[in-house]
Amino acid sequence: MTTGPEPTDNLAALLRAGTGALTRRWIELAAAPLRGRLTVAELERELTELFRALVAAVESGSRDLQSEPYAEVRALLSDMSRHRARSGFTPTETAVGVFTLKQALFELVDRAEIEGDLREVLAFSLLLDALGLLTFETYAKAREEVIDEQAEQLLELTTPVVKVWEGVLAVPLVGTLDSARTQVVMEKLLESLVGSGAEHAIIDITGVLAVDTQVAQHLLKTVMAARLMGAECTISGIRPHIAQTIVGLGIEFGDITTKATLADALRHALTRSGVTISSGRG
Amino acid sequence: MERIPILKIGDVLLASIQIDLQDRDVLALQEDLAEKICSSGARGVILDISAVDIVDSFIGRMFATIAATSRLFDAETVVVGMRPAVAITLVELGLTLGEVRTALDLEKGLAILAALGDRTDR
Repeated sequence: MTTGPEPTDNLAALLRAGTGALTRRWIELAAAPLRGRLTVAELERELTELFRALVAAVESGSRDLQSEPYAEVRALLSDMSRHRARSGFTPTETAVGVFTLKQALFELVDRAEIEGDLREVLAFSLLLDALGLLTFETYAKAREEVIDEQAEQLLELTTPVVKVWEGVLAVPLVGTLDSARTQVVMEKLLESLVGSGAEHAIIDITGVLAVDTQVAQHLLKTVMAARLMGAECTISGIRPHIAQTIVGLGIEFGDITTKATLADALRHALTRSGVTISSGRG
Repeated sequence: MERIPILKIGDVLLASIQIDLQDRDVLALQEDLAEKICSSGARGVILDISAVDIVDSFIGRMFATIAATSRLFDAETVVVGMRPAVAITLVELGLTLGEVRTALDLEKGLAILAALGDRTDR
């Protein structure tokens, strides 16, 4: 992508000369697909700054986006893309911010409003493609970060430990269980056992849609760990087809108490702790 | 080497482990406990490990060994105050404590021993 110093300077000169017309047209084109979700003033500030940095970088003579003179361009563009990704813009709406500059340049050259020969325009086009890719990469990365954050929040949200009776804790599990989640459940439950001094814990898996050997293994480990700490752990709410899966997979729950419903498990826990329940009548 | 103190409360012996256990500490504790149970005729042993946050398989086995030894003197062993991290480690190591009883804290451990004592007295 390296061209001689001669055309390089030409490109820089061309951009500098066309600054006013180029940025105006660029902002116009870039604003269209955003449909007012970003104010023109905001867009103008962003793009003008980006253009200024870009011209400065081009003037350095380098055409390599990874090189030192482009550091500011990269930083600005990354910020812009990340901001777009966070505020829910689509990939097209994000990338269009860069590619419209190419369109603006082509239009102006075509209408001969600014002077530019094919080589310069092609070199600039390649550079813009690289910038577009960078935008996209940053966008994807930012989206991944969002997804990771949400996954983490979900992990926190969906594993509450509730006290259902004096000395009885319950963990209602909902959704899909994977190793990471069962690990969180395990730690949270054990911490709560210590914190509350409860001697019974019920893991209710009514809301769990699928159980595989690994998840079963984790549940067993949780029960064993609770037992080691001196608490009794019951598993309740196994759905019929999960029960069949468990038997089909040959998973042994050994001497771990399993109950059909949370109510049964609670009754079991109360009986074990010596609470008797009688109806209010009589 | 530090000796882990063994306290006698009624007919229960209490060993509260407050230090990071070395293998030789464990062996010394095993010996001391056996002698103490024998000489005092205690009916129960409580190992308080609420201050222990690192265990290995050797220490894990110690609990089972102490329980088996004390059972020979007709004394029940209760391990109390195991931390979640320790419990998870022991499970990951694949160690079950066999016949050892466990309780969340000292109070519950004493209650277990008292209940066992009542049953055998009758």
